[in-house]
Amino acid sequence: MSMTSEGGHGAVPTGPEVPVEPKPATARRDWPLYEVFVRGKRGINHVHVGSLHAPDDEMAVHAARDLYTRRNEGVSIWVVRSADITASSPDEKDPMFAPSGDKVYRHPTFYEIPENVPHM
Amino acid sequence: MSAPTLERPAPDEAALQEHFDATIAAEHRIEPRDWMPEGYRKTLVRQIAQHAHSEIIGMQPEGDWLLAAPSLRRKAILLAKVQDEAGHGLYLYSAAETLGADRADLTDKLIEGRQKYSSIFNYPTLTYADVGVIGWFVDGAAICNQVPLCRSSYGPYARAMIRVCKEESFHQRQGYELLMTMMRGTDEQRAMVQDAVDRWWWPSLMMFGPPDDDSPNSAQSMAWGIKRHSNDELRQRYVDMSVPQAEVLGVTLPDPELTYDEASGHYRFGAIDWSEFKRVISGEGPMNAVRIARRRAARDDNAWVREAATAYARKHAS
Repeated sequence: MSMTSEGGHGAVPTGPEVPVEPKPATARRDWPLYEVFVRGKRGINHVHVGSLHAPDDEMAVHAARDLYTRRNEGVSIWVVRSADITASSPDEKDPMFAPSGDKVYRHPTFYEIPENVPHM
Repeated sequence: MSAPTLERPAPDEAALQEHFDATIAAEHRIEPRDWMPEGYRKTLVRQIAQHAHSEIIGMQPEGDWLLAAPSLRRKAILLAKVQDEAGHGLYLYSAAETLGADRADLTDKLIEGRQKYSSIFNYPTLTYADVGVIGWFVDGAAICNQVPLCRSSYGPYARAMIRVCKEESFHQRQGYELLMTMMRGTDEQRAMVQDAVDRWWWPSLMMFGPPDDDSPNSAQSMAWGIKRHSNDELRQRYVDMSVPQAEVLGVTLPDPELTYDEASGHYRFGAIDWSEFKRVISGEGPMNAVRIARRRAARDDNAWVREAATAYARKHAS
């Protein structure tokens, strides 16, 4: 049995005998997955903090409170079914974001203003 | 999640691998929808799942004392800690699910014995001093392991670890404070603390995994940036941290060979009994059967609640 220290609590077997692929039959049985967004305090945006399983929207909000705000981490929670999110690829080299790469004139530093011009 | 339809040619595998390698080399994070090598994904699923299982099973040794806590203060603290462990397990299952794993399926694999959890939770908690020593030793060792994982190359895992580490500090401190309180008590209480220290010290050192020369997969995990330090490095760091803490507490660590080495600035310690470790992780520890039986009961006995909630949600869906 080959072992390595993995994760926060120690060593586990690492061979091919440890399965890592989900069985579809089990996967269908569980509650749907929700993504959770928390507003840390007034004045800032909701930020994605993780996900959880819940049977419906209302239960998802309650579970999100218990799971992600045990220490006053939030004043407001959004939950949304993971399946309802449409996303781009997070890949920074994605052609999706290429159009903004060469438009340096969108940034204030593109423009040279003499130092003696105040308040600019 | 579904991607918008973008018309672009599919890149070839070599280019994808090259881009992945460059992302790792630049110390950037890999995110869920990035291309990643199959081995990287599988290693992460296995590691994150075992970590999640450890948090969930880890509720049991301390949970045994919830109804026997010596005061309301200790009970409230212990409840909060056990609840945190549940939270940590869920953060981690959540991270595993970004890799295509499924929580219910991972739970099944744990109960069927096909995936493991940390060997440390297969030891019993015999007295309330064990609650303190688990906080001090076990959570201390977990912090040692987990702090470097906050820089793990896989984004969701690293972010889960940051949350976990923030909360873990309370776990260790409450344990140490509990032990300090007992050490200020009666001779009998001091003896309880020493007894718990004697039983938990060696299993805690085993938490870092086998010695580096017997850990064949570590090199690949380190190359991928999943793991940041070797088992022996982390174990040494842990021993160096623990010895002065034991001195302040006034307990003796059960290792006659424990000595300070001036030249290296490290504490040298005795040989670890790896045969015990292998026995316990293979299922022959004192509590393996109990831990899994309870997890199985929690899944099966509460199935009707999950089914009822599902039926209610279906009925009220507009």
